[in-house]
Amino acid sequence: MPRPKKARVDGTARAQQRTRHGAVDKIATGIPGFDFIAGGGLPESRATLVAGTAGSAKTVFVSHFLAAGILGFGEAGVFVTFEDSPVDIRRNMRAFGWDIEKWEAENQWAFVDVSPEVTGPTPIVGEFDLGGLLSRIEHAVRRTNARRVTLDSLNALFVQFPDRALVRSELFRIAASLKKMGTTIVFTAERTEDYGPITQFGIEEFVADNVVILRNILVDERRRRTVEILKFRGAVHERGEVSFTVTDRGIVLLPLTAQQLTQESTTVRVTSGIKELDNMCGGGFFRDSIVLVSGATGTGKTLMSTQFLNGGFRNKGRALLFAFEESRDQLFRNAAAWGMDFERAEKQGRLVVENQYPHAMPMEDHLVRIRDYIEDCAPTRVAIDSLSALERVFSLRSFREFVISLTSLLKKKQITALFTSTTPSLMGGGSVTEKHISTLTDSIVLLRYVESVGRMRRSINILKMRGSSHDNDLREYHIDGSGMHIGEPFRDVSGILSGVVRSVSPAEDDDEQ
Amino acid sequence: MNRFVLYVAGDTYRSQRAIANLRRLGEERLAGRYELTIVDVRIDPASAERDRILTTPTLVKLSPLPSRRVTGDLTDFEQVVVALSLSSESER
Repeated sequence: MPRPKKARVDGTARAQQRTRHGAVDKIATGIPGFDFIAGGGLPESRATLVAGTAGSAKTVFVSHFLAAGILGFGEAGVFVTFEDSPVDIRRNMRAFGWDIEKWEAENQWAFVDVSPEVTGPTPIVGEFDLGGLLSRIEHAVRRTNARRVTLDSLNALFVQFPDRALVRSELFRIAASLKKMGTTIVFTAERTEDYGPITQFGIEEFVADNVVILRNILVDERRRRTVEILKFRGAVHERGEVSFTVTDRGIVLLPLTAQQLTQESTTVRVTSGIKELDNMCGGGFFRDSIVLVSGATGTGKTLMSTQFLNGGFRNKGRALLFAFEESRDQLFRNAAAWGMDFERAEKQGRLVVENQYPHAMPMEDHLVRIRDYIEDCAPTRVAIDSLSALERVFSLRSFREFVISLTSLLKKKQITALFTSTTPSLMGGGSVTEKHISTLTDSIVLLRYVESVGRMRRSINILKMRGSSHDNDLREYHIDGSGMHIGEPFRDVSGILSGVVRSVSPAEDDDEQ
Repeated sequence: MNRFVLYVAGDTYRSQRAIANLRRLGEERLAGRYELTIVDVRIDPASAERDRILTTPTLVKLSPLPSRRVTGDLTDFEQVVVALSLSSESER
């Protein structure tokens, strides 16, 4: 007995869900990030092919498409499965929090089970078509009022029926019927290579209006998942591969790069946590700025990030620290030694420390985790100590992508951020981190050792500060029991940044000026 | 007694040919000792779903057991007999 058609979405949600780009109406998939690169979503009442190698998350993608339809827009879905049994799919998708069994009971999800029979394929005698399949799919769509249909994966049909022309024409007939019923269709097909022909059987030319490729590739011995919209007939979309990851909430794309240019910048200043440094910066960091602190080991980077966080929660803000090098206990002990009570700040909910082991996850997962933390904690400032720890475990490309995504997220949320970076050599020198991300940060603070007359001194300098005048001096600083103290400029040495320091007499210095 | 269900999709030339072929096979090979139910999946898709019908026409032999299936318009009787493990009346 068909259920009365339930109200799918209210007027506002509907307006957001359906967008028009060019000549094609789009339907939001609800897969985080995908609709952004797809210019609003998948073309409505069209057939999209999602192709990928084994293990490229095709089944998760189409399941997410259906689940998001139910959760986000109240749209029912039909899952036609040619490979996995419904039992397996129900069980596997529970990992993402999708209770398919419940949705089936509520008539929001229906399986059309075409998974292989235990008895083997049916013998063929004479001419036939896929009329049984078509009727069953149409029936499931009518029964649930489905707006979304997925068929996963078409390869099984081509394997079962050697007459490819027949399968293609039958798929065409199924797609045509489903489009007429107003459903948006996603087919999957397995590819043999990540870079090669789209599909083995030429499905895309016959059945699909649009083609999306999922990849699971090895880059620098690490797995990297990407999604690429190869074509959207008559509709706009982003080009090129975009990273994605499979989290416990399903698929998440990381297309944050494109948000970069739309950010507004602020002129509001916040304290760095160190009074003298605020003075050097012309009144503090900008609220939505990204500050990179570079220095060799022992120069006081962790101290700077500690004071930075302290400056945040002292001013009624909330600080979030991602510590990749030191444990929480160690950090709290150090902070206490410098007279900052992190324990109390944590208890008051003004400080959240997340200790992570950089090797533990791929870049995308780190990013999603950091993003989840930022969403949950809503911090006013974020410190990462250190970024170099991540640089060592990511590929260069991944690392850059990570920093781009992270900085754009922080800026969008107007969060002040401080990243530390460890230089490989004690004296002078930059690090790979700086070389590759310096253009992405707004301010760079250099902490350097200065060897002078048999002792190590330390120098601080603001190398750049976007949108503000700042102190150009290389100043000496000391670290004592109450933290960092910045003093006078070095007037008696030069060559600090190159690492080849030479003494100059004040008179000589005057001559040069 | 042989009991068959023939699933067809609509009243098409192919459906009619499958029905005609099956009836002729029933007379020639089973001496008319058969019972046939015809299900049009376009009218009764729920049966097609229940019985997991993918292709049409599909002929299902319900009895005698074991149940067997064959798909197509049943042009070649020899193949149908083998596929369904029918015991031909003429052999008895």
